[in-house]
Amino acid sequence: MNRRETLKALAISTIGTGAILTGCDPVDKTKAAETSGAAAELFGQTPEEIERNRKIAAEKFLTAAELSTITVLGDWIIPKDEKSGSASDAGVPAFIDFIVKDQPRLQTPIRGGLRWIDMKAANMYGTSFTGSSKEQQQVILDLIAYPEDVLPENKQGAAFFTQLRNLVAMGFFSSKMGIEDMGYQGNKPNAWDGVPEDVLKQYNLAYDEQTLKECLKIEDRGKIMEWPA
Amino acid sequence: MGFEIKTKGEIYDAVIVGSGAGGGMAAKILSEAGLKVALLEAGPDYDPADPAQQTQLKWPYQSPRRGASTPFRAGGDFDAAYGGWEIEGEPYMRDAGTEFDWYRSRMIGGRTNHWGRISLRFGPHDFKRRSLDGLGEDWPISYEEIKPYYDRVDKMIGVYGTNLNMENEPDGFFLPPPKPRLHELLIKEAGNKINVPVVAARKSVLTRPINDSRGSCFFCAQCNRGCSVYGDFSSSSVLVKPARKTGNTEVIVNAMAREVSVDAQGKATGVFYVDRTDLQEYHVRGKVVVLAASACESARLLLNSKSANFPDGLANGSGVVGKYLHDSTGASRSAFIPKLMDRKRYNEDGTIGMHVYTPWWLDNKKLDFARGYHIEYGGGMGMPGYGFGGGIERFNGKYGLKAGETKKAGGYGASLKNDYRRFYGANVGFAGRGESIALESNRCEIDPKVVDKYGIPVLRFHYQWTDHEILQAKHMQDTFEQIIDSMGGIAMGDKPGKENMYGLAKPGQIIHEVGTTRMGNDKNKSVLNKNCQAHEVNNLFVVDGGPFVSQADKNPTWTILALSLKTSEFIVDQLKKQNI
Repeated sequence: MNRRETLKALAISTIGTGAILTGCDPVDKTKAAETSGAAAELFGQTPEEIERNRKIAAEKFLTAAELSTITVLGDWIIPKDEKSGSASDAGVPAFIDFIVKDQPRLQTPIRGGLRWIDMKAANMYGTSFTGSSKEQQQVILDLIAYPEDVLPENKQGAAFFTQLRNLVAMGFFSSKMGIEDMGYQGNKPNAWDGVPEDVLKQYNLAYDEQTLKECLKIEDRGKIMEWPA
Repeated sequence: MGFEIKTKGEIYDAVIVGSGAGGGMAAKILSEAGLKVALLEAGPDYDPADPAQQTQLKWPYQSPRRGASTPFRAGGDFDAAYGGWEIEGEPYMRDAGTEFDWYRSRMIGGRTNHWGRISLRFGPHDFKRRSLDGLGEDWPISYEEIKPYYDRVDKMIGVYGTNLNMENEPDGFFLPPPKPRLHELLIKEAGNKINVPVVAARKSVLTRPINDSRGSCFFCAQCNRGCSVYGDFSSSSVLVKPARKTGNTEVIVNAMAREVSVDAQGKATGVFYVDRTDLQEYHVRGKVVVLAASACESARLLLNSKSANFPDGLANGSGVVGKYLHDSTGASRSAFIPKLMDRKRYNEDGTIGMHVYTPWWLDNKKLDFARGYHIEYGGGMGMPGYGFGGGIERFNGKYGLKAGETKKAGGYGASLKNDYRRFYGANVGFAGRGESIALESNRCEIDPKVVDKYGIPVLRFHYQWTDHEILQAKHMQDTFEQIIDSMGGIAMGDKPGKENMYGLAKPGQIIHEVGTTRMGNDKNKSVLNKNCQAHEVNNLFVVDGGPFVSQADKNPTWTILALSLKTSEFIVDQLKKQNI
């Protein structure tokens, strides 16, 4: 390829890439998907997948009472703090409601665990878990929330709580609110040019000369590669 | 209406079965040479730039299951590849006491939509293993013969990396690699201390453009979702697209191949297939038939193509079709790196997976297993999604505590919420991928009783690892711990031991299976000659992983591409000379 052809190709390439990016407009699509119910389904699924998701969404497994217990437990696990809202603020109960239908193997442990915790509350306070006071709820949680420190009679409750903790945290930190809380900066077009200088310093690291010589120079990103013949 | 087989289209110069790396390359080369091509694909069409199919840059919360896997996508809602190890209505069997998991992706581009874009060319030793260690078989070709094709694949498709000056990790035509991330610098430093080389990865991702039809990488780390600017390699974007552009390739989607048809002289005449949308039977005719349906699927097609001339399956006079099946070995471990707690946040998505890796660096003559492995590394502040934060109770009572502070593992509330933040991005993963020995006894064959939902007899697998693979996995585990120790990390979980084969993955799990229609000079011991042409049927070719004689400790895609390029040009030449 001679210089003129290269320049021509480069111009097309630069515009081409931009046009493709604009054409797909991933950022706008994401925004639309958040706000519009119909568009929310648009994340690249096949007709079969869309159909299956609708079917699962229309099914019912957890009862209203079970969901409200999950909501209360979820907010104990991930409460609102100075940085972000609670599990229920982030829509975690709806995620758990869906995922237990999507993965039926979760149904028995979750339903059984909820029943276990209600029986515990009934035995201790003569009421359900959600019917117990905050203080009473906390007493029950402290029996099952620390898997390395659990009385033998509470092992099943602890196993349930560990599983629920995982689901709640996963549901929270994969929500919009949770991702912002975590400070994840990616999932957008970027120009990766290495670890920031201050972080290198913090870890007493540096890119060696060989690495710098071999690696991508960020200003070359738009230039068509050519190799010596 | 009775049963009827409809004829589809003209008589093509070539009928290609499968649109993955091998089939896509064949379609591109043959159609650019002016040949009329029918490209059969068992699944639907796919273009990652089509907004209806795009999963790139979506957020986990757009999926009601946050990207968890489903029966339709083993890699999760956002993975580009449809399919997985189980496909409804398409079973496969296993002999008692043996294991094999068979990953299939039925769509344009096939499994090239899924992978991590690791693109390692084989080296001179990899073609001559029997001469070096007495095991397996030598290839009928040498590195020198295939080198020019690797070079052209590098330039045609694009791969970043560096020249290493290591004999069995040959130089190539590389794009500049992206800079290592923080955890990768720590791994590199740790490797240096214990003489484990950690070098730039080799990946088919365009850090710089190579032509005017594909954009360059914008560092979202989502190659497995398919790139909407075609900044990575998938057969769909990079090969099938230009093949279609020639006007000479007719792509027939949802075409599930059933048999290769032959005439009375024993020449291939085309392919019978069932259309998955109308369930009707079709026959597409060609002067040449090129199989690229994946190693096991192409073997299945040959074994199911029985006739008076070929009672044991087409091109199977040797009885070798389906035998010498072998997948890469795999074992993994993860580690927690205390000094990576409480990290400053910034965007380090980069390219998919690793920016650095470890090529095989030791001499097997001094070890108790025959072949090598490479190490892939993971880690970083990735996008949270399904599975995120799992198992915090294994960390938060032990690590990150101030002097004198005690804390019970697990818990709930504000302190737990903060723990998730503190541990984010502090884990690294290690995955060894090694070469296994191709054995005649490891095989796929046709199950005498079972058919799939199209009535096509299905495969039955028979596969067992040997001490060579098991001891290699042991060595991987030891190496992982040495690197983890060297970087001041803590290996997670129990070290896999003898009782579970040192964490050696089940065969088929690494999705590098090859060898089922191997090439060779002796037609009694191989299916194809060195041109990937069937010994017994001169207008029949195989260009997927089937022709591999041995797998090497490298991912197979780059070699599939080079072989398919070489074979396709041979086909053009032979048709021109009217030899086939």
